[in-house]
Formats: sequence, structure tokens, C-alpha cells
Amino acid sequence: MESKREVKEINASSMADIAFLLLIFFLVATTMNVDTGITRQLPPIPPEDQKMEDIKVKERDLLPIFVNTYDQILVAGRPAHITQLKNAVKEFVLNPTNNENMPEKEIKEIAMPDGSTWSVPVSKAVVSLTNDRGTSYDTYIHVQNELARAFNEMRDDAARARFGRDFANLGDAERDVITKAVPLSISEAEPKNVGGN
Amino acid sequence: MAVMKKKRKGGIPPISTASLPDVIFMILFFFMISTTMRDMEVLVKTQLPEASEVSKLEKKQLVSFIYIGQPIDSQQALWGTAPRIQLNDSYHTPNDILEFVASERDKLSEADRMAMTVMIKADRSTRMGIISDVKQELRKANALKISYAASKTLAGN
Repeated sequence: MESKREVKEINASSMADIAFLLLIFFLVATTMNVDTGITRQLPPIPPEDQKMEDIKVKERDLLPIFVNTYDQILVAGRPAHITQLKNAVKEFVLNPTNNENMPEKEIKEIAMPDGSTWSVPVSKAVVSLTNDRGTSYDTYIHVQNELARAFNEMRDDAARARFGRDFANLGDAERDVITKAVPLSISEAEPKNVGGN
Repeated sequence: MAVMKKKRKGGIPPISTASLPDVIFMILFFFMISTTMRDMEVLVKTQLPEASEVSKLEKKQLVSFIYIGQPIDSQQALWGTAPRIQLNDSYHTPNDILEFVASERDKLSEADRMAMTVMIKADRSTRMGIISDVKQELRKANALKISYAASKTLAGN
């Protein structure tokens, strides 16, 4: 008595077509690009009653970088090529010879994640970047990139000396410590309009 | 004779396509996970500059985009070739940025507002004048976290 009716198998040959259709829809309607960029913090608009003395930086602590409308770069009054920029910034900020005309260092006590404190000389250097309204964006990004590279390398060196690992491989707390020891101090002045673009 | 004929006709047995849907579904899921929906039409040409020290934007919903560059070819008859700022779906002037930032900020939850990032996607040949104007407006709008879009290259010395 085989009264059970055999269930017929559903023809699945069009399943592939359906899946293809969905696949093509997603291929067309979506994008894959991951957005990457150089992240920067803009300074807030200063309150109008702020006194000028509050924001004074000593001349020896300041590294002025100008980029003109012809995309030429001036570092501390001397023309420089973009490839020299990174090392110039590193040397200026680190001041390895403790030169009196280069930035001061301040011994700071930084709380470590394990509870101890680490006293480290923190450079007071400020890199000041000024560009012209006619400077090309490409050059500006290259300059920003070289500055970021200089600071990233200094952070890597500090992280390796202190924790024995690259900055990128540190935990959040340790990264915080290194960020305090090597602060990213880039200041951007209002752009000039010398080139008359 | 009959046996011979059958052998000749059979040839290579057909490949089973029963697992084809599975394969396609797998590709489909890959694309569904790794891609994001295209949400707006870009009306300016942006060839991004290259940089080595770029970082990925982590939370996409916190990011607003400002596009700066020449209008695309189909729009050049109407808008000319001077660089334009695109907010949402149309061209704008720097004066509209204040409003744009306010509306983008309203879309976010209270807790996320501080983490809002504005990404500037500008063409590499743009002059800094227009970008400085945008930056100045962003400062006024108190949207201080910005990111200059750049494609990643390897660091060269």
C-alpha cells in the first residue's frame, strides 16, 4: 500500500537566473570604494574678545611653511623641495642638538596605562602652514601629507622606543600616551592672496 | 551495433549546474556585504590627489560630503568650466554650507553630532581659494572635523 504520493522535485534550474538578476542589481546599484583621506581638525573661530597675548608662540618654536601660487615651498625662509619637507620638520620638532634657536622642550609627566608616570620631553614646536589662494590643491595635499608623515614617523619612533611596537599596533590607551608625547601641532594661517588668482 | 551508437551519441556527460545558484548566491552575498548603496549622483569631476598617510573613514553615516571640481561634461554647457561646489544633488555657493551642515547635523542623533565629519572631495587641479572659502564656512558652522579625500599610495622617499 504505497498510498503516499511522491512529492515532485521543484525545478530549480531558474534559480541561477534569479540569483544572477539579484547579483547584477547589486553590481549596478552599489559602489565599493572605501573613502580614505587625511583627517584634520579645524581651529574654532576665536571669540572676538580674545586677547592677542593668549595665542603668542615664541619665535624659536615656530616653523613657518609657505606655499605660493606657483606651488613653490618656503620652509623657514628658505626655498625647499617637497621631498626635503619631512626631514626638515622632523629635525625641527625633535631638535636633537638642543639648539637654542630651535624649539624648546618641556618635561611632561604622562600617566601610563599601567598606573606609572612617564616623564618625557615634549617639544613645543608648532608648524605653521600658510598657502596662497592660487596654490593647487594637489600641492597642498602633498604638503599636508609630508607633515603628517613627519609626525607619524616621530610617533612610530617614540612608540618603538617606549613600547617596542609601531604606533599602528598599539592599544588605545598606549596610543593616547604617544599622542600626548608627540602632539600633532600644525597650525594653518589664513591664506594669502598674493598671486592674485 | 546498438551499443556502439549509444556510446558515440553520449559523448561527454553534461556538467551538473545544480550548484550554480549556490555559487552565484555566494558572489551576491559578497557584493551585498562589501559594497554600499550609491546614494547620489556626482555632478563634478573629482580626480582625487594622492597621499600616503591616509586613514579610512570609520562610520559612514557620520560623514557628509562636499564635492568641489569642474562640472561634468553634460553640465558644462549650463554651468561653464569654473570649479563648483556640490552639496547633496546640486551646485551651491560657499554661503550655502552653513545651512547644509545644519541639515546634515539634524539627521544625526544627539550623541553622534560631535563626531560628525565633513569630507572634502576636491579635484586635484582645484585652486586653494575655493577650498579655503569652504573651510572658513565650515569653521563658522562649527563643523571642525574634516577630512581631505585622497587616494592611497605607497610612501616614497
